[in-house]
Amino acid sequence: MSFPLLTATAVLPAIGAVATAAVPAARREAAKWLALLFSLGTLALAAAVLLNFQPGGDRYQLTESHAWIPAFGVRYELGVDGIGVAMIALTAVIVPFLIGAGWNDADPREGETPAGRRWRPTQGFFALILMVQAMVIMSFAATDIFLFYIFFEAMLIPMYFLIGGFGDRAGEHGEERQSKQRTYAAVKFLLYNLAGGLIMLAAVVGLYAATAGQLEGGGTFSLQAITEARAAGELTFAQNTERLLFLGFFLAFAIKAPLWPLHTWLPNAMGESTAPVAVLITAVVDKVGTFAMLRFCLGLFPEASVWATPVVLALALVSIVYGALLALGQRDMKRLIAYASISHFGFIVLGIFAMTSQGQSGATLYMVNHGIATAVLMLVAGFLISRRGSRLIADYGGVQKAAPVLAGTFLVGGLATLSLPGTGPFVSEFLVLVGTYSRYPVAGIIACAGIVLAALYVLILYQRTMTGPTRSTTERMPDLRPRELAVVGPLIALVLFLGVFPKPLTDIIDPAVDHTLSDVGVEDPAPEVEARP
Amino acid sequence: MSPVIHPYTAAPALLTQAQERLEAPQIEWVALSPTLIVLGVAAVGILVEAFAPQRARYLTQLLLSVIGIAAAFAAVVGLAASGYATTRAEIAGMGSIAVDGPTLFLQGVLLLVGLVSLFLFAERRLEPAEHGRAVDSFTAQAAAVPGGPAEREAVKVGRTTTEIFPLLLFALGGMLIFPAANDLLILFIALEVFSLPLYLLCALARRRRLLSQEAAVKYFLLGAFASAFLLFGIALLYGYAGTLDYAGIAEVIAGTPAAVDPGLASTMGNDVYLLIGGALLLMGLLFKVGAVPFHMWTPDVYQGAPTPVTGFMAAATKVAAFGALLRLLYVVLPGLQWDWEPVLWGVAIASMVAGAVIAITQTDVKRLLAYSSIAHAGFILTGVLAVSEDGVSSVLFYLAAYSFVTLGAFAVVTLVRDAGGEATHLSKWAGLGRRSPLLAGVFALFLLAFAGIPLTSGFTGKFAVFRAAAEAGAIGLVIVGVLASAVAAFFYIRVIVLMFFSDPQEGGPSVVIPSPMTTSVVGLAAVVTLVLGVAPQYFLDLAQQAAVFAFR
Repeated sequence: MSFPLLTATAVLPAIGAVATAAVPAARREAAKWLALLFSLGTLALAAAVLLNFQPGGDRYQLTESHAWIPAFGVRYELGVDGIGVAMIALTAVIVPFLIGAGWNDADPREGETPAGRRWRPTQGFFALILMVQAMVIMSFAATDIFLFYIFFEAMLIPMYFLIGGFGDRAGEHGEERQSKQRTYAAVKFLLYNLAGGLIMLAAVVGLYAATAGQLEGGGTFSLQAITEARAAGELTFAQNTERLLFLGFFLAFAIKAPLWPLHTWLPNAMGESTAPVAVLITAVVDKVGTFAMLRFCLGLFPEASVWATPVVLALALVSIVYGALLALGQRDMKRLIAYASISHFGFIVLGIFAMTSQGQSGATLYMVNHGIATAVLMLVAGFLISRRGSRLIADYGGVQKAAPVLAGTFLVGGLATLSLPGTGPFVSEFLVLVGTYSRYPVAGIIACAGIVLAALYVLILYQRTMTGPTRSTTERMPDLRPRELAVVGPLIALVLFLGVFPKPLTDIIDPAVDHTLSDVGVEDPAPEVEARP
Repeated sequence: MSPVIHPYTAAPALLTQAQERLEAPQIEWVALSPTLIVLGVAAVGILVEAFAPQRARYLTQLLLSVIGIAAAFAAVVGLAASGYATTRAEIAGMGSIAVDGPTLFLQGVLLLVGLVSLFLFAERRLEPAEHGRAVDSFTAQAAAVPGGPAEREAVKVGRTTTEIFPLLLFALGGMLIFPAANDLLILFIALEVFSLPLYLLCALARRRRLLSQEAAVKYFLLGAFASAFLLFGIALLYGYAGTLDYAGIAEVIAGTPAAVDPGLASTMGNDVYLLIGGALLLMGLLFKVGAVPFHMWTPDVYQGAPTPVTGFMAAATKVAAFGALLRLLYVVLPGLQWDWEPVLWGVAIASMVAGAVIAITQTDVKRLLAYSSIAHAGFILTGVLAVSEDGVSSVLFYLAAYSFVTLGAFAVVTLVRDAGGEATHLSKWAGLGRRSPLLAGVFALFLLAFAGIPLTSGFTGKFAVFRAAAEAGAIGLVIVGVLASAVAAFFYIRVIVLMFFSDPQEGGPSVVIPSPMTTSVVGLAAVVTLVLGVAPQYFLDLAQQAAVFAFR
């Protein structure tokens, strides 16, 4: 038996979480370094996954399969296709930077007395981040639906503690009000996602009942077994059953992604949590939603997916435009970035459900690029907020005179968010638009509105915070510290690299996308050349 | 047409017949040994109360009870190992007690629950010592008027109520028989045997005695009503079937009676008696289960009873009562399935929804857990309604998982104290996570298990019952169950928010360091919660093997 690389990649951060949590209260700094070390180890393992993955090989590689709960037909089955590899790589790359960015976020503040001898917020903060990472990697690697569901659902708990337990330094709004809002955001996050997850549970149970009734070996949750049985004609779903099951799954993923009108938890969650946690939500955890649409919705319920396409596309378009418009109206810069993310998730869903190879490649690429670009913008915004103690855009001005490097990195992050050519998101957004246009021209045109609006909200944000006369509060604002620069620098390099040379990623993604499309049974529309008389 | 002979007028003839056939009742001592051991030790416990000196009683009773329960558990394991659970299932005690898979599984669970509860009962480090003597959470002298001179005197001389140990054992003994009963009369006797000690135990709180006594009276009155309904149902069913034997009644319902009792010829086979009798019987059992609309007693009794008793009652009563309900529905009334199924659908949905919704407004931890137990009764009924072997095994598993989470949760409640005893008001739990992260973390684990979050036993159990229900075509129940879980999650999460995200209050409660007994209860419950969540296969197999009822 070969080395279980995927298990190791998922388990290492979990071990790291336990180890970090066990560090004594006084050795705070040691806990930080330990967490960083484990996240770097995970990165190394993810790199090994990437290197061992052969783009032209089998659809699912590095597979592991063991019986887990035979009574339920549940297996411990892991495997990655190109899409999974890309997502695991994204997760592994982002987390070390989040740890670096949040280095001092959870420390006791000046003048604050620790509430108890055993209360160890710093250790808890990093342990929870690593725990989320472990669960996210597990759900990217799981090819058993039950196994996926378990981690899809369980990751809510550490995420919930991250949102509710750690916030920005209170500004003039006062600690108490902020703490209330933070709790509200955490509960809202959990209830939305839990409700979605429980509806998915009903669908998971229903899927089991459907397979148990038809397959000889009893019910199964194995993605491959179900796909093969369907291809061989041993398993068929009644039309209504398939549609209901699809809806159960899709609803959960649409809440996670999040898609309009199920998005309202995201601005609260991202606004109230610290910048690294906000990035963790939008760049890593939410990607599980869009990833699962590709892998499970399309893979398991192809006919229902085609049936639902018009509605999903409409929702995606609304997300794109609505998210962008609301971003334009925000006074709070973190909420602005959250609404921008909703707009971008609209693009990703649009690309997935356009059912073209460019669209889906673009969507997958978009997941990676959006993760990195948002990380840059959000983390720099977090650095800015930590200097002034306010999230309101109106409290800033003229920062670029006092802190030019900070302003510069903020601009790069912003430009990547608006998909400027030369940055990663441009490539993916272009692919999504091309892919959509070739099948649904009207949708493609409407989606372009999102680009224009993105330019508006990003540039206006930059203009209001960074340019203009300095304020008394921003006059002596210190520039980026070496630690902060070390966090943002590599991420910016990555954004630019993927903008100029996305080929290594697309080579991995494309075969997986072709497989997914053939699952659905859709082919790219042939280019039409209008015959001239 | 055969002549109608009234049994009383025919008595001399019957008597001679009986004399001819008189044999000593055949008792399968081995098959009945778990129950006999527990009841025997309980009887010895009473003698200890009578003859042992005051100082020696606590230790003697504790040791005796532990040994008794452990021996009974060993007997259950022995019986199961020798095939009683699967291949050799038999009806013992002249057709009155079934020793089969479900019986042994539930008896095993009940004995473990009893053992664990015993440790909570015996805990003596939580209450501050009174006049130099360590005391437990039970009253010094039950007969003394609360706050009166007799009570002060009893406290002063350091009396403790060691009767709780035999009472616990009697209750446990009754519970062991309840799911095994294969005869309606035995069912009723078992019900009374376990209910009466529980009524008493509820009244024995050391603190807030009036609340405790009020709870006991409420429980007793409502319980007596429920017993009366049950008994009336039994009478009607006897009139219908001419027998109290489970299999015999089932045969009459199926239309193949062994013989028509001439004395009951006018009522036998009359469906009116069957339907009313069956309904009354179900009411009695649903009362013990705590399902809506027979749940009214649950919050008051859970709140007022001493917390160790609440934990025992919440865990064990549910196990025993669901066991009896399963046997009744699956063995006696399968022919009536079309009649009880819609009713129980309604009860299950009402329990899940009402339990989850009302719990949102609760401000007391014990009441909150009470409403949560009502919602869980609904979830378990979902598995019962599957009417399949999977359904039985899922219910067995759920009961095992649920009882340990419940015990763990109530054990934690006993530890959070302020000057007035246990601090059960939720507002006092604010910030507990900062003061005692470990304890709050464990309690959060139990709450997450109640909520059915994956990787805890609660999720496995919930999935098992939902799966069984879905396979039986009850998708509607599954959907209601899932929605109710989402509502229920809200109030579990609210407690977690309170513990971890709220600032500790000045003068809030502190966590008392207990003796190793309570610590081991909490630890064991946490381990079981995780193991049944992460690696449940062995226990699912066990439940699967045990899921066949003996019929005759």
